[in-house]
Amino acid sequence: MAAKTLFEKIWDAHVVRTEPDGTTLLYVDRQLVHEVTSPQAFEGLKLAGRKPRRPGATLAVPDHNVPTTDRKLGIADPVSAKQIRTLEENCRDCGITVFGMNDVRQGIVHVIGPEQGFTLPGMTIVCGDSHTSTHGAFGALAFGIGTSEVEHVLATQCLLQTKPKTMEIRVDGTLSERCSAKDVILAIIGKIGTAGGTGYVIEYTGSVIRALTMEGRMTLCNMSIEAGARAGMVAPDDKTASYIKGRPMAPTGDLWEQAVKAWRALPTDSGATYDKTVELRAEQVAPQVTWGTSPGMVTGVDGMVPDPKAMPDDRARKATERALEYMGLAPNMPITQIAIDKVFIGSCTNSRIEDLRLAASFAKGRKVAKSVHAMVVPGSGLVKKQAEQEGLDKIFQAAGFEWREAGCSMCLAMNADVLQPGERCASTSNRNFEGRQGAGGRTHLVSPIMAVAAAVEGHFVDIRNWK
Amino acid sequence: MQPFTTHTGLVAPLDRVNVDTDQIIPKQFLKTIKRTGLREGLFYDWRKRKDGSPDPDFFLNQPRYQRATILLTRDNFGCGSSREHAPWALLDQGFRCVIAPSYADIFYNNCFQNGILPVVLKTDEVQALFKGVSKEGYALTVDLASQTVATPDGATYRFDIDPFRKDCLYKGLDAIGLSLRHDSAIAAYEKRRKTEAPWLFTDLAAR
Repeated sequence: MAAKTLFEKIWDAHVVRTEPDGTTLLYVDRQLVHEVTSPQAFEGLKLAGRKPRRPGATLAVPDHNVPTTDRKLGIADPVSAKQIRTLEENCRDCGITVFGMNDVRQGIVHVIGPEQGFTLPGMTIVCGDSHTSTHGAFGALAFGIGTSEVEHVLATQCLLQTKPKTMEIRVDGTLSERCSAKDVILAIIGKIGTAGGTGYVIEYTGSVIRALTMEGRMTLCNMSIEAGARAGMVAPDDKTASYIKGRPMAPTGDLWEQAVKAWRALPTDSGATYDKTVELRAEQVAPQVTWGTSPGMVTGVDGMVPDPKAMPDDRARKATERALEYMGLAPNMPITQIAIDKVFIGSCTNSRIEDLRLAASFAKGRKVAKSVHAMVVPGSGLVKKQAEQEGLDKIFQAAGFEWREAGCSMCLAMNADVLQPGERCASTSNRNFEGRQGAGGRTHLVSPIMAVAAAVEGHFVDIRNWK
Repeated sequence: MQPFTTHTGLVAPLDRVNVDTDQIIPKQFLKTIKRTGLREGLFYDWRKRKDGSPDPDFFLNQPRYQRATILLTRDNFGCGSSREHAPWALLDQGFRCVIAPSYADIFYNNCFQNGILPVVLKTDEVQALFKGVSKEGYALTVDLASQTVATPDGATYRFDIDPFRKDCLYKGLDAIGLSLRHDSAIAAYEKRRKTEAPWLFTDLAAR
């Protein structure tokens, strides 16, 4: 049998049929649904008189619009409230499991999938959300789709797909102390660009990736879409299986044994080839900070804001000038001199228990600068509960961070957590687009511990030598 | 879905790279539960100046582009979020076709679900069209059958498209209906897969 990559094995196992031009009807094992990209899909289904083919293969949760303040007060915005109510009604009508806003299991869709054991290796997983790539950390083929495709999957449990190309991104060497998966993925995006992965599924390989925890792998795969990739994947190993074992929706008994056996056969065969390979040395990865309005506009914290005048390419120069104007930054300014107003620790990129533990260990005994407003938004109700059992909430609060309820929150500011025009935020989220965290708001993407250090000092600091 | 066969229309230029879907339609317009009426949110933050008044320099605020149906833009258009609200808003504004050197994958795919043709031309061809559009009333003819874009000065540029996508768009086919025609193949797949990988079939409702 020909040697195959992890991606090819999963793809081949899910082909229902293929059109003459290669367009494939691909079977979807699991779908995650949230309130923003699903109402029109459910409406379309109803209008066509169709029913979900496998309602039990779908899990729904409201996350984008939910308030992160006291939920007993309900949702102040009636339009947000209606969207969440619509999700709950649609799921009830269709027999789809939904974790409501007041369910302790509620949280960001990409946090709860893995947390519940809903996400498993070898699966095809989709969601009307580009950060579905997160689930690739488990050796699943997981990608974001549009609302019409959400409807397609509900109706048929399949999707029409063209086969993507494969890219290996190999990261070897030793990461500097205090550098994390977030710094690795930002450095990768800086290297290959925000369209560098377009048309590809990325598999991350190399010693650094193997050494990452499951949570680190999720952070890494989460931002694959920021490199333009259809999906990001990491081959499953013993860490993957230990993470999943015993979770509420994970297989048990004989099924567990069978599943684990099948997962062992998933990693890329020796001799299999990728359409493209990119290599990165871990030693070259400094703690990363974005300076612009696209995740590829990034540099090490020991670097400077670039000078557009030094750019030979006309379009790159224009894009940089525009970004610096929006960001209110001067060329050649050291990154460590950038003062911030807000800090957001959260999002599907960095809101899991490990992120919060690490962030808390740096916040312990310190104080958020007077000029800074800082908040921590756990990824799920269960992450929040776990953190509180470990006393992390007390550490954050003592340091001056607000401790919130779970949701997407200021990552995209669809709820009340919004930057004001001109405000500058150190954020552990995934997008620094213009207006992403609020119209006129300025976002710098960083790792959780870089965010803590920035909150304490009021400006970015090199976490590697922060005392 | 409205079929796309051949289309002649005015061109509107958006001379920026990496236009993300957060710019095409900002988050506050995603709270709707409908597909229509998203026109007012299209490029919302770019349409206004800091004081909230319409920015006369922004192309969509200029009378000459009000009736444009073809959007001309640069590389990596539609990157970022998967929100289908982006093509819905473009369609609501009247755009039936986008021309760019490259697109983000999800946006590209979403266009086909909504009867919008995303044409990929070479960078220098797009550059030539940007030159052309400086003339008021600049219109192009986009023909899906022959996979060509024809300019008023007689130039013709050919573009590639997957035959299956082309056929669906040309006929305005309902993709779900097409897949449902293969219901027996889907059922056969499920039956086989259940014996190979039964742990994939422990459905939530059945718990």
